[in-house]
Amino acid sequence: MNRSGVLVRLIGLLAIIGIVGTYWMGLVVTPPDVFQGNLVRLVYLHPPVAWVAYLAYGVTSLASIAFLWKRTRNLKWDRLAASSAEVGVLFTGLTLVTGSIWGRPTWGVWWTWDARLTTTALLFLLYLGYLAIRRIPGDRYKVGTRSAVAGLVAFIDVPIVHQSVVWWKTLHQGATVLNPSLSPKIHGEMAWTLLLGFVSFTLLYVWFTIKRYQVASMTDELEDVEVDRMIRERLESDGGVLSGGAPRAESNFVDGGSLK
Amino acid sequence: MFHDAMIVALKDVRIELRSKVLLNQLLPFVLVVLILFGFAIGTANQTLVQVSPGIFWVVAFFAAILAVERSLSVESDNHAKEGLMVYGLEPAGVFLGKLIAVMVECFAVEVVLGLGVVVLYGVKLHGVMLLILASLFATLGLASVGVLFGALSAATKVRETLLPLLVLPATAPVLLAATKAWEDGIVNHSGIGDPWLGLLVVFGLVFLAIGLVSFESVLED
Amino acid sequence: MAKKVAEVRDGVVLIGRFPAIANCNFDAYEGEVVYLSGPNGSGKTTLLRLLAGLVPLARGTATVFGLDLAQNRRAIRDGIGFCAHQSHLYDDLTVLENLHFAASALRLPKPTIDSLLDEFALPNRVRKLPAQKLSAGQRKRVSLAIAVMKSPHLLLLDEPHSSLDDDGKDMVDRLMRRYAEAGTTVVVASHETKRSAAIADRIYRFDKGATLGMQSSGQAEGLGDE
Repeated sequence: MNRSGVLVRLIGLLAIIGIVGTYWMGLVVTPPDVFQGNLVRLVYLHPPVAWVAYLAYGVTSLASIAFLWKRTRNLKWDRLAASSAEVGVLFTGLTLVTGSIWGRPTWGVWWTWDARLTTTALLFLLYLGYLAIRRIPGDRYKVGTRSAVAGLVAFIDVPIVHQSVVWWKTLHQGATVLNPSLSPKIHGEMAWTLLLGFVSFTLLYVWFTIKRYQVASMTDELEDVEVDRMIRERLESDGGVLSGGAPRAESNFVDGGSLK
Repeated sequence: MFHDAMIVALKDVRIELRSKVLLNQLLPFVLVVLILFGFAIGTANQTLVQVSPGIFWVVAFFAAILAVERSLSVESDNHAKEGLMVYGLEPAGVFLGKLIAVMVECFAVEVVLGLGVVVLYGVKLHGVMLLILASLFATLGLASVGVLFGALSAATKVRETLLPLLVLPATAPVLLAATKAWEDGIVNHSGIGDPWLGLLVVFGLVFLAIGLVSFESVLED
Repeated sequence: MAKKVAEVRDGVVLIGRFPAIANCNFDAYEGEVVYLSGPNGSGKTTLLRLLAGLVPLARGTATVFGLDLAQNRRAIRDGIGFCAHQSHLYDDLTVLENLHFAASALRLPKPTIDSLLDEFALPNRVRKLPAQKLSAGQRKRVSLAIAVMKSPHLLLLDEPHSSLDDDGKDMVDRLMRRYAEAGTTVVVASHETKRSAAIADRIYRFDKGATLGMQSSGQAEGLGDE
């Protein structure tokens, strides 16, 4: 195995060890919160997961721009954008689920129209749409361009979505549900646990994205091989129509060299 | 670019005047929905008046999606889009032209919708300038995103189901802002200094610019 | 030596993953009629679409008017007239409105249209009909009229004879000859082998996505009617 392969394995291994470590610290080592009790333990999971979702979309956006820009146009960027977006959608889903699980006992509801929550839900839908656009068939560059434009739209849309939702809440309904007294005070081993969570989930993101990228590369390579095979088959298949259709004409060809 | 935009827009509007597809499809839909909401919410109190901005914009949104859909199917019949390309029309001009035509069609629907809200729900329109400007820029944002995503998804057979999924989340700020601006106009009697109008202007112009810049790659590649 | 208008070397065009053109070598010179012959699905239409800059080239090289198609597919279109298998017409607009739209898209003066309508034998009654009410032959005439409207340097005709009566087919033949004499390069794919071969300066035979070879028109007698 080459060096980069070892590195990828190492990243994966570290990510898994880190996540196991986060769980152990989060569930066993750290104490329950004064106000929230054991619920506070979700704080080691939910923010890192949400951070990874945003990180993933950031990478998708940058890669989309790089693909659209003529000088840096390369299918690598398209593959990176695609891989990162898929991981991003997964983690946005996890963000919503963990948020809901925390929200039910804390706020008494599964869902609340909090600005951040609403933005995240719209983000989830936006990038599901992005993935749907990716699946529309076409030439590889065509798919890449379409997706990059969609990625760019999503990228510019997200801040506007966020701003509008924040206004929507603040201008018309007063204080948001996020009550400051509910925010746990974080110190000591809790801070370390949270930090470990951030690091390990980021590593997990990197690992997933690289793996997904490799799968995308291999799919492309496989398609190339497939296309080569089909070109060969088309050219090699017996020229039945030719010999049957106009036998005398064939002998007149000035240049019949294309048939290998 | 403006020449190309003008002829594309005129062509699309003329097609609509001839075929009356949207007219026959949208206006009955609009009226039925307004009446259904009347039944569902009830005419007691002032509830209908208070929720009328929301009803107005939700219906306007779905109508806009249908208008975009129709605008695209016109170009896919007989591969007319290819004709546009062979004629050498500027992609930005095509985008602008399709956008203008869709906007004109949306305005027609919005006028009927507005009349319906006034007549059926007894809404009194205040801050008319705010309402008109909010509608203008909301429609601009909505149609820009719609035409752009429509062109992006033109190559798929499931476009009709995909388009709302793509457009509605992306234009959520427009729905929010347009509804709030209308609420401010109708309920609070606000003028054109309303912050929601500002958001609509920004959104509309930003996505107009994105469409103009990116339509070449969307149309060609 | 006439000027080269189009050139394709080892061209491959993919439709999805299918090589619609698997290996194409093609040249066209100024003022000649080039006839593409071959069975359905052999890649003739795809070559025409490639030359119109409508499909990307997957491998090989292709130039039209000396411009590289891989670099810019839009730049060439000013000089191209394309009568495709699909009519490009708007069904709800009348013949006249369709032609007016094309003329203003091409920035041509309106009088051009009247002479075209006469030339393509589209009587007054037909001009006012919406495109969806036209017969297949009338449609073909309208799209031919649009294709030649801007007096292109490269005229691409995909099955121009189809659905036309004998008069119409003769008209197409005259049209091709006249434009070629005026210096336009005409590339035509048609199942009317005899007619096309009689006009063509050169003939390319296509099979299974490949150009099998080229004949000059003097050798064309061997091509029977398929």
